[in-house]
This record gives sequence, C-alpha cells and structure tokens, in this order.
Amino acid sequence: MIQRFANPNRFMRLSAAVVPWMAGATMILGAAGLYLGLFQAPADYQQGESVRIMYVHVPAAWMALFCYTSMAAASATALIWKHPLADLAARSTAPIGICFTFLALITGSLWGKPMWGTWWVWDARLTSVLVLFFLYLGYMALVNAFDDPARGAKAAAVLALVGFVNVPIIKFSVDWWNSLHQPASVLKLGGPSIHPSMLAPLLLMALAFTTYYFWVLLVRLRAEIISGKIRAIRLRQVHG
Amino acid sequence: MSRFLHIARRDVRLAFRQGIGGLMAVMFFVLAVVLFPFGVGPEVNMLARISAGVIWVAALLASMLSLEQLFQTDFEDGSLELLALTPMPLEVVVLAKVTAHWLTTGLPLIAAAPLLALLLHMNTDGFAVLIVALALGTLSLSLIGAVGAALILGSRRGGVLLSLLILPLYIPVLIFGVGAVDAALAGFTVRPQLLVLGAFFLAALPLCPWASAAALRQAME
Amino acid sequence: MDRGFSESVSAFLDMGGYAAFVWPSFAITAVVLVGMLVASLRWLRSTEAALAALQAERGAKRGAGEAAGEA
Repeated sequence: MIQRFANPNRFMRLSAAVVPWMAGATMILGAAGLYLGLFQAPADYQQGESVRIMYVHVPAAWMALFCYTSMAAASATALIWKHPLADLAARSTAPIGICFTFLALITGSLWGKPMWGTWWVWDARLTSVLVLFFLYLGYMALVNAFDDPARGAKAAAVLALVGFVNVPIIKFSVDWWNSLHQPASVLKLGGPSIHPSMLAPLLLMALAFTTYYFWVLLVRLRAEIISGKIRAIRLRQVHG
Repeated sequence: MSRFLHIARRDVRLAFRQGIGGLMAVMFFVLAVVLFPFGVGPEVNMLARISAGVIWVAALLASMLSLEQLFQTDFEDGSLELLALTPMPLEVVVLAKVTAHWLTTGLPLIAAAPLLALLLHMNTDGFAVLIVALALGTLSLSLIGAVGAALILGSRRGGVLLSLLILPLYIPVLIFGVGAVDAALAGFTVRPQLLVLGAFFLAALPLCPWASAAALRQAME
Repeated sequence: MDRGFSESVSAFLDMGGYAAFVWPSFAITAVVLVGMLVASLRWLRSTEAALAALQAERGAKRGAGEAAGEA
C-alpha cells in the first residue's frame, strides 16, 4: 500500500485528481459550518455570543495536534521505510500545523479576554498549545538549518518523534502545574457538555479544516516534488 | 564497560584541561541568579518566594551552554567516526559522553545551588530537596540535551538552534523540579514530585541515547 | 430599506456586545488560512513554470543537436 504511492509520477496523477475534491469539500463544509455557527447555533447562556469563537478556536486546536501527529507519523515512515514521499509530507505539514497552532493561540486569547478579563491566562490547555507552538518552531528551524535538504529532513524526523513522545508528558506536567496554581475563576472552554446544535457547526468546521489541511498539503507536496525534479535536472546539466 | 569509562574519563579530562573554561557553566549559573535581585529588588520575601524557580531556570540555561560542544569537536575532527567503528554500540558512546557532561556541568551546578539558595533567602527546609531534585533533574537535562546536540551537527547557527529545540523539552523537568522544592518549603510531602523526576530520568535513560545515536548516524552518513 | 432587517443585521454584527472579539477571531482565521493557501498555490505555480521552462530549453537543445547530427 505504502509502496504504491512511492512513485512520484503516480502521486502527481493521483494528487491532481484529488486536489479539486479537497478544495470543493473545504468550501462546502466551511460554508455550512460558518452558516450553522454564525446564524443557527444558539448563544451560550453563560458566555453569550462570544461562544461562537469556539467554532474556529476548537477546530484549530484539534488540527494543531492532528498536524503534529501526522508529522510524527510521516517522520516514522520516513525513518523506518525510507519512503521518499514521507520526508516531504512531514516537511510540508509543519507550516500548516504552525498556522493552526497560531490560530488556536490567537483565537483562544480573543475568547479569553471577555471570559477571563485578560488576554492571556496560564490555563493548562492554552499553555500546552503554546509549548506545541515552540515544538513546531524548533522543527521548522531544524529542517531549514542544513545546506543539504536531505540531512535537514532526517534530523527533523528524529526531532518530530522525540517531540511527539514528549507531547503527552508536557500535557501531563502542565496539567499538574496548573492544578497547583489554579486561577481564581476558571471557565472551562469547550467542555464536554456541548449542546447538539453547537456540536454540528463544530464538527463541520473541524471537517472543513481537515480537508483544508489535505488540500494545502497536496499542493505543497506537488511543489516539493517539482522542485526536486528541477534540482535533479540542474544537477545533470552541471555534470554534463 | 572499560571503554565506557575510558570515553567518560577522556571527556572529563578534556573539560578540565580548558581550565576556567570548564567551569563556564557554573559561573553563568551564579551570575544569572545574582541578576535577579537587581531585577526584582532585594526584598527578602519576594526573593524567597521566587528562589526555587529562579535557581531552576538558571540551571536549565546553564546546563545547555556546554551542550553544543558535546559532539561537535569529535564530529569535526573525525574521532566520532572512529568511535562509531568500534564494536561498542553508539548508544553506549552517547551515554559515556552524557555522563561526562553531567559530571562537568550538572555536578558543579548542584554544588553551587545551596549557596545561591542562601543568597535568595530560601528557607533552609528546602535545601536538601533542592539538591536531590537538581541531581535527578540535571541527569535528565543532560540526556535530553544530548539528542539536541546530535541533531544540530553540521547545521548552520548551532547554538541558538539548540536552545530552540531543547528548551521546550525541558519544561516538564522544570515544572516538577520547582514543584518539589516549593512543596518542601510549604511543608508538604515531596515524594510524588521526586518520583516523577525519577520516572523522567528512567524514561530518558534508554530513549535519549537511542535517539541521539540515530541522529549521530545520520550526521555521519 | 426595511427597518427591521437593518436592525437585525446590526444586532448580528454586534454579536451581543462581543463583536470586538468574535469578528477578529474569524477574520484572523480567514486571513491566515487563505494566506497559507495562496502562498502554497503560488509556490506550486512558480515551480511548474520553472520546470516547464527547463524542459522547453532542454527540448530545444536536443532538437538543435539532432539537426546538427543530420547535417
């Protein structure tokens, strides 16, 4: 199964067919999610209309984790099976993941201001996402720190796996630390008790973000593969 | 085993041959902590309140200083490749070098910590726990740091990159290290925190040399 | 314009007093995601163009070489 996608030409054909579907799905799911989230879903009895921030904040936070997990999975594939596309997939996922992480932080801050009265609270979830943001930054810095892109990809693959092992440890530590220094009034954001009329837009937005991720990922992968081809042609020209 | 000791001894000797340079980390540690009274004011209660956190953060940064050199010189002069050719697994080489790093960096930090705790007016109830927590914590820091040191071999801008890679991974050790000391100062049991620090060390002991060795093999390809 | 309609629009835009937080959240999300998409698409277009140029150049050279061989 994995080997079938190893051939770049087959991947190029396949991705060309899939990209329009991903683009269409993103638009439809996003439009439906926005419509339900902004017009149909009720305001929260406690948080009022500000609860609508949840429809971008929570999916962004989910995607931040999802992208890091995909990055680690792709890195493991690259290290174990030496799969040529896996390296590229891990590297292409990182900038998308950091965008989602950034959005989760910014929208969390914008949600926290009316709810907590400050732009930033060292809440366990927000703090974990902040650390995740730094993990992404480290990964991207390492990928681009080598003159040889192959070496950068390999080193970054090891880092992605080390970071992935650490994510639950960091989450556990931050939760423990947060329970020690509990702020006076904590409002649980996006708790488990969500009304179905709020769940539908939330899931639609999460799906839209997921298809968006695959859309951009495929576009970036295509660009990476073509760049590789260009590099190969130039090398051949130099060496006659 | 004798080869392990050989590498560790060689690295320790090399560190001390640099003279005062070998003590750079602990001097940085002292200086960084001494800056805080200037930053937050010399008020006794304030300093006592933040003492555990300040000492831990400074220890984190200090133990990172000499990490960049952990494999760098051996990598550049080719002796790392010779070490990789010996029948000894590369993981053991890493472990030996980490041991040397801890002996030359972690141990001096632990020795200097009570003095700094005194300067920051920490209650003496916390001293013993501070030393035990630092001992457990700096071991983990050296182990985690080895992974970063192996990953940056051959990169442009090594030092800053290393801190970017390693510092987020240090956060759990920091949280439980400070937690142990603060618990001791507040008169609570410190057992859970020290157990967690011990667990971090036991988890890092096999995993970090394995990951560093993988990174080293890639760097030498 | 229907008065009730414009009132409901302004009530919607007001977001129960949270407009200053709700709309920036959605706006920043849109800007970042669209920006990422546009940057990726542009990158793809530029690599495609570069590859096409290289291949055309190679094709021209090969054609010239064959012509020289025949003559």
